[in-house]
Amino acid sequence: MTTAIAINALTKKYGTKTVVDNISFTIKEGELFGLLGVNGAGKTTLIKMLSGLTMPTTGDATLLGKSVTQSPEQVRQVIAVSPQETAIASNLTVRENLELLAGIQGFNKEEGKRKADEMISQFSLQPFEKQRAKTLSGGWQRKLSIAIALISEPQILFLDEPTLGLDILGRRELWAQIEKLKEKTTIILTTHYLEEAEELSDRICIMKNGQMKALGTAQELIKTSKKTSFEDAFVHFVTEGDVQ
Amino acid sequence: MRILLFANRTTKEIVRDPIAILFGLGFPIVLLLLLSAINKSIPVDLFHITELTPGIAVFGLSFMALFAAQVISKDRESSFLTRLFTTPMTSKDFIIGYSLPLLVMSIVQGIICYVIAILLGLSISTPMFIALALLIPPAFIFVSLGLICGTLLSEKAATGLSGALLTNLSAWLSGIWFDLDLVGGPFKTIAYALPFVHAVDMGKAAMSGQYSDIFPHLWWVLGYAVVLTVLAIVLFKMKMKAD
Repeated sequence: MTTAIAINALTKKYGTKTVVDNISFTIKEGELFGLLGVNGAGKTTLIKMLSGLTMPTTGDATLLGKSVTQSPEQVRQVIAVSPQETAIASNLTVRENLELLAGIQGFNKEEGKRKADEMISQFSLQPFEKQRAKTLSGGWQRKLSIAIALISEPQILFLDEPTLGLDILGRRELWAQIEKLKEKTTIILTTHYLEEAEELSDRICIMKNGQMKALGTAQELIKTSKKTSFEDAFVHFVTEGDVQ
Repeated sequence: MRILLFANRTTKEIVRDPIAILFGLGFPIVLLLLLSAINKSIPVDLFHITELTPGIAVFGLSFMALFAAQVISKDRESSFLTRLFTTPMTSKDFIIGYSLPLLVMSIVQGIICYVIAILLGLSISTPMFIALALLIPPAFIFVSLGLICGTLLSEKAATGLSGALLTNLSAWLSGIWFDLDLVGGPFKTIAYALPFVHAVDMGKAAMSGQYSDIFPHLWWVLGYAVVLTVLAIVLFKMKMKAD
């Protein structure tokens, strides 16, 4: 497998506060990579730097060979972000939201319609396609948010807390959708739900105070921490563990 | 292409909010009807239709600031803007995409205001069309103020500031409802340091056919329009980088 993302000593400082501290690791193409940490760990800042929303203070990262510091415009051509909030145009219909983002990504009108059809079908949005986004339930808004992110056929997808606020059925349903995406997209997933990270991720990085505390598969992290569950392993790393 | 797509989206986002339309279009029209009715019972020069219409048209523009502030701050708070910042959209696409529909709406609102005034007795004339055209510079002022509020403030603060404060400021300090000479002093000085009364006065000058009286008011309005438009662009670009 080739490298999709190569992070090299990435650091972000706001004044004297270091929020991401000298992070380095690689993510393979087609991998679903979980990014975990307690609040303030630096996950969102790391994603912002990788998606070109924030410039690193020092260090660099390449996404499919494109540098986030040298050519952020080229990075934007291959990524999509589904932010923690639903990030939809509330007064547009489901179809209009999809077609708008398709157009912004450079698809012509016909291609945009075709791509919207695909997403509506893939995410079972047919009953709501003419409904305004703000009238959808939280679960359907989340699905629409991910569908919007996918309309550009990104090679790398950032999912920031994709199941936040969903009930267990909604989460399970979204997990199934995310599992399907793994086949052709590299996914970086941040979540506070440990079982979600354990269930979906090929590898997991645990961050604390801007630093990487552990990296490996869920089983490797359990083994390294000498704990019996992933939750205990996580607690171990964010309370006393060192970089493994 | 991206600009037009985004401008189309901004338009839909605003016109599909019935309360916005009710206030933005309805309120100035209600004021025009009400004050004209008062003028019929108790004639006051200030409320004569040729004097009143340019003022109400300028006052109506203050709602464009509210719409701009509302749509941008909402896009920021819902992270829709964050999502768009990761697409190939440029700052030019965003700024024109937000501003263009509001500038068009300003003109449409002005036309509706003058059509109502015609129904109330205003005669169709060249000065009327010039007064209508003179709504464009103040439209830039209000749209830019909305862009600035939406870029810097939360949805609650942005709509509060541009909805309550700005509409009141533009109402009280524009000489629409009362002659500023009657108050005089610092109130009049402050009013004439701001662009609102100048926007109304140049409209009134145009309506009276005294085109030379449009100046220096037009320079004041153009000055504010240029400064605020540049400031709105700079602040939005800074916000894009900061996010």
